[in-house]
Amino acid sequence: MTDTVENVTPATDETRASVRSMPLGKAITAGLRQAMADDPRVLLMGEDIGTLGGVFRVTEGLQAEFGDKRVIDTPLAESGIVGTAIGLAMGGFRPVCEIQFDGFIYPGFDQITSQLAKMTNRHEGAVTMPVVIRVPYGGHIGAVEHHQESPEAYFAHTAGLRVVSPSTPHDAYWMIQEAIRSNDPVMFFEPKSRYWPKGEVDLSDPQAPLHASRVVRTGTEVTLLGHGAMVSVLLQAAEIAAAEGVSAEVVDLRSLSPVDYGPILESVRKTGRLVVAQEAPGFVSVGSEIAATVAEKAFYSLEAPVLRVSGFDAPFPPAKLETQYLPDADRVLEAVDRALAY
Amino acid sequence: MPANRLDAMSSPEAIDTPSPVQLLSPTGDVVDSAAADEFRPYVDALGDDQLRALHRDMVLTRRFDREAAALARQGQLALWVPSHGQEGAQVGLAHATRPQDHLFPSYREHAVALARGVDPVDILRLLRGHTHGGWNPADHQNFHVYTLVIGSQTLHATGFAMGLGLDGKSGTGDPEVDQAVVTFFGDGATSQGDVSEALVFAASFRTPELFFLQNNQWAISVPVARQSRTPLVARAGGFGIPGTQVDGNDVLASYAVSRRDLEAARSGGGPRFIEALTYRIGAHTSSDDPTKYRTDDELQSWIARDPITRFEAFLRGRGESDAFFADLEAEGDDLGADVRRRTVGLPNPDRGLIFDHVYSEPHPLMTEQKQWLATYEQSFGAAGDTASTDGGAA
Repeated sequence: MTDTVENVTPATDETRASVRSMPLGKAITAGLRQAMADDPRVLLMGEDIGTLGGVFRVTEGLQAEFGDKRVIDTPLAESGIVGTAIGLAMGGFRPVCEIQFDGFIYPGFDQITSQLAKMTNRHEGAVTMPVVIRVPYGGHIGAVEHHQESPEAYFAHTAGLRVVSPSTPHDAYWMIQEAIRSNDPVMFFEPKSRYWPKGEVDLSDPQAPLHASRVVRTGTEVTLLGHGAMVSVLLQAAEIAAAEGVSAEVVDLRSLSPVDYGPILESVRKTGRLVVAQEAPGFVSVGSEIAATVAEKAFYSLEAPVLRVSGFDAPFPPAKLETQYLPDADRVLEAVDRALAY
Repeated sequence: MPANRLDAMSSPEAIDTPSPVQLLSPTGDVVDSAAADEFRPYVDALGDDQLRALHRDMVLTRRFDREAAALARQGQLALWVPSHGQEGAQVGLAHATRPQDHLFPSYREHAVALARGVDPVDILRLLRGHTHGGWNPADHQNFHVYTLVIGSQTLHATGFAMGLGLDGKSGTGDPEVDQAVVTFFGDGATSQGDVSEALVFAASFRTPELFFLQNNQWAISVPVARQSRTPLVARAGGFGIPGTQVDGNDVLASYAVSRRDLEAARSGGGPRFIEALTYRIGAHTSSDDPTKYRTDDELQSWIARDPITRFEAFLRGRGESDAFFADLEAEGDDLGADVRRRTVGLPNPDRGLIFDHVYSEPHPLMTEQKQWLATYEQSFGAAGDTASTDGGAA
C-alpha cells in the first residue's frame, strides 16, 4: 500500500504537544487516571493505595481525584482483594487490583488461578471477568526477601489469564488502559526497577495493540528477546555488541500470554539466532516455552540452538548478591558469543 | 480443667452450647420461648399455601436427592453430593430471599437451587461431567453456580455485595428494590482463610450480606470440634457481625431468622451471620463411607430430628389433608422419573467446550488447538466424532 499525502501525519504542534516525558510509574498513574475518567465502572483496590498512593506511589493522587469509593484501601488480604474483585466484576465493575509486591501474590493464588481465571469458562461465557491485577515485579531494587521476584510463569501457565509486561513509559501508559478495557482477566506485571527512569509517552497513539511483540532495535546476526526490565538490558547488550561489530536485533515480548510469535519468528528467520532473556528462573519458564516453540517453528532457519539467559534456579538471593543473580548485559553477551560460535 | 493438652484437644465439653432459635420441636410442636416470641410474627404471617410450599420444596428436594444418589450408584453420575437432612435450613432460607437477591452457593444447596428455578438436570450435568457450571445466574433468579473450592465463594459474594453498596442498591428504603447477597458455606469452610477474609471485608465495608453457615457437623470425616473450639456462631461477633444460631432442622426457624437478617442487610444494616445446626444424613459424596467415622447412635439421634418429618407433623396438626401428602409424593415420583429420563439422555458436550469460553475474546492458542483437535479426530474418520450421544458417564 502506497502512502498518499493524506495518510502521512504531519508533525504539527498538536502532535508534538501530545508527547510527554515521564517515568514508567507515573505513566501507569496517567493511564489509570485516563481509564477511570473514561469509564466510571473502573475501580482501584489494594493495600495502601488510597491516602498513601501505594508503596510505589503509582496510585498517588487518584483517591483525592476520584474518591474513596473508586480508589479503595482494602484490608490486608490478597485473597480477599482478588476474591472480592471477582464479585465486583460479576456486578459490572472493572476492578484494578494492586498487589503490593511480587512475592505477596501467593496468598491470592487460589483466587487468581482457580476462580478468576476459570470463571468465564465455568459459566460457558455467560460471565466475563474484566479484572486487572497489577504486580510490581523483579529485582534491582536491593530489597528484602519476597520483594524482588519474577513469578510471571505461574500465571502464563494458567489458562484463562492474559499476562503482559510493559518495558517503557509509553507502553505502560497504553497497555494499562488496554488491559482495563479487556473483558478477560489481565495480569499486569510492572518492572519495578524501571518505575523511575523517564521516557517519552505519545498520548495520541498507542502504536501497538496489547498482545503484540515488537522489534525495538533492528539487527541482522542475532535476536535478543525479553520483557519488562530485561528489555533495557538487551538494548544495552546490543549497543555493546554493535561496538564489537555484531549486529543484534532486540524484540520486546510485551505479552507473555498469549505470545505474539509473528515478529519473533520473522526476526529469527532473518538472524538465525535467538537469545531469550528474563530475570525469572529459567526452569519451566516463559523463556523456555518460547525457546521450544521457536525451535519447532523456525528449525530450518536456526544457525544455533535457542539459548536462555535467566535468573538462577534458586530463590532470589539476599540483595547484596542480586547483581550476581540477575542477568546483565555481560551475561547476555556471553550467550550471544556462544550462539555466534555455532 | 482437663489434665493435659491432649485431653483438651479431644474434649467436646470444651465447646459451649448456645441455645439455638427453635420454633418447632422435633415432634412438630410449637415451641414457647422468648426467642420464639421474637420470630413468631414472621411465621404467623405465612398463609396455608406458603406453609405447604415450604413442605413441598423440602420433599421434592429429598426425592430429587434420592434419584440422583441412585443415578450415581448406577454409574450415570461421576459423583453425587447429597443434601438429605439439610432441607429445613435451606428451604427456610430460600423462602426468606427476594427475587432480586443474589445467592452464592457452595455445592450442596440443591433445595435453594430448585427454589430459585434451576433445572435439577443442570445440577446433574455438573456431576455427570457435562459442565463445570450448568446455568447462567442471570436466568435463574441470581442463583450463582456451585463453587467447589471450599470457602472461595464467600469472597465472590462479599465483592458482589460491596458492589451493591457502591451502586446504592441496598438501603434505599424501598423493599421492592433493595438487594441483599447470601453466601452459603459449611462448618469445614469456617477454617478456610477465605471465609475469614470475607467476614473482614464484609464487616469493614458493611455489605448487604447474609453469611449462611450450615453446620452439618462433619467436613467429610472430620468433626466440627476439630474446626473450632468455640461455637461457630461466636466467630461472627469477633468480626463485628451479629450472629444467630438456629435449629437448622426447623424450617420455620430458618425462615424467620433469615427473614429478619435479610431485611436488616437489605435495609443498610450491614452483614449478618446465621449458623444453622443441621446434619448431613447421607455421605459427604457418593465416594464416601460415613460408617467409618461416625456412630449409628449419632446418626439415629439426628434422624429423630428430621426436618421433613417434623414439619409434616406440624402440618397434620394444623389439619392438613392426607391428599396433600399423597399428591406431593406422586409429584416427587414424577420429578424423579423426569430427572432420570432427561439425565441419561443428555448428549455429550461438543469438543468446542474445551476451548470456546476459556477467554471471552479471541486467543491464538485456543483457536489453534481447537482446530488441531478437530483435524486430528477427523483423521480417524467418523469414529472420532465425540459429539455422539453414547449416554455413558464416568
